Amino acid sequence: MTDSGIRTLPPAAPVFPQDRTCPYRPPADYDRLIADGPLTRATLYDGRQVWLVTGHAEARALLVDPRLSTDRQNPAFPVIAPSSERQGEIRLPVLGVDDPEHGRQRRMLIPHFGLKRVTAMRPRIQQVVDGLLDTMLAEGPGADLVRAFALPVPSMVICDLLGIPYADHAFFEDSSRAMLIAGTSDESMAAFDELRDYLEDLVDRRRAEPGEGLLDELVADRLAAGELDRNEVALTALLLLVAGHETTSNMISLGTYSLLEHPDQLAALRADPALMPGAVEELLRFLSIADGLIRVATEDFEIGGRTVRAGDGVMIGTSLVNRDAAAYADPDALDVHRSARHHVAFGFGVHQCLGQNLARAEMEIALTTLFQRIPTLSPAVAPDEVPLKPGHSLQGLFAFPVTW
Amino acid sequence: MSTIRISIDSDLCVGSGQCALTAPGVFTQDDDGYGAVLPGREDGGGDPLAREAARACPVGAVTVEED
Repeated sequence: MTDSGIRTLPPAAPVFPQDRTCPYRPPADYDRLIADGPLTRATLYDGRQVWLVTGHAEARALLVDPRLSTDRQNPAFPVIAPSSERQGEIRLPVLGVDDPEHGRQRRMLIPHFGLKRVTAMRPRIQQVVDGLLDTMLAEGPGADLVRAFALPVPSMVICDLLGIPYADHAFFEDSSRAMLIAGTSDESMAAFDELRDYLEDLVDRRRAEPGEGLLDELVADRLAAGELDRNEVALTALLLLVAGHETTSNMISLGTYSLLEHPDQLAALRADPALMPGAVEELLRFLSIADGLIRVATEDFEIGGRTVRAGDGVMIGTSLVNRDAAAYADPDALDVHRSARHHVAFGFGVHQCLGQNLARAEMEIALTTLFQRIPTLSPAVAPDEVPLKPGHSLQGLFAFPVTW
Repeated sequence: MSTIRISIDSDLCVGSGQCALTAPGVFTQDDDGYGAVLPGREDGGGDPLAREAARACPVGAVTVEED
């Protein structure tokens, strides 16, 4: 305030999320968010102001804080894009509910994603990867790495795990993408309805004729016991299906792109394949494909010198948190030798990614085998011609033309 | 010399596997996917990664107590 009472308005808070221009770098304008961190204000597409967390310590503290909710049916839950404007109509299991209900639902799924289960799936993942590379090599040189490899690997694996026919992959891949990226909420909801109807029908078919996947176990154990109804079983399957293939496919395509753009790092990995598990952690940190975890505050509290009020939207800027210089030295460098531990690419707290160890196994096997089998792999277009997914969706490539 | 005692609150555990990934010499997962201390390793076995595992746990289910 000046003496005359004329207030100088602060410059508008930067818009969040924004589209990336480089597949692996946060948008340049996010520098303004970092400068005002670790907790700053950002402007959503609809003009609403929310808190944006850029600090690593603050993000970890907030992601375990029960005063932040993931309940998308809360009218104050932030809407980050037109496609999400009707999100409150859907009661998404696990992801969209808070404890204690969240814990009850998650416990039904935890045994299916344990380390021992994932270890047992490795030979099958390797088989899927080998088969896809056989086809790609036979049909090449030249391929769209997304369609030929990055998408079908996790898609086939999650189909196996859930017991969903892979023959339907074109349908559920297109619907999932439409749901996440649609320009309007009606288009997004129409895609969601198609997927839900498909999965409800599948639930009915499996009641009559059981198969051998997680979906069948939910039908046999939880639906029969009345712990979940038909819609909840279908929505649980929908969540796992979408989360299981969209995320990992983005990591495989972006991971490949990033390693090809950093030939010294790729050479180090080739020289010592034992570096791959650490490289996967580093790629998770570096790429932060779920760039913007959304919460709503249910109580007032103080953090980072700021006062968050009940009803305020809070977003965790994953790509900024994972590049916090207080947590990682030279954070903008891709370094397969670094310990990228404690990144929040999978989130943190009770909602941390259920399928993270399956995702790690898929990335390790896919990237290792891809670069072994096709050592001369290279982009077939200029780096800036690769089409990127929009900022409000999971970060990834729509297509990645490669050759060898 | 001080010793430590490691425990996991299974009511809190969400099965992320971070303990077993970070310090596989001290932690494992049971057949249901929940974190567990390896038998005989409740004292951490001198593994410096035990504390790192506690920090990696997303829900604070791993406790490292000084005896």
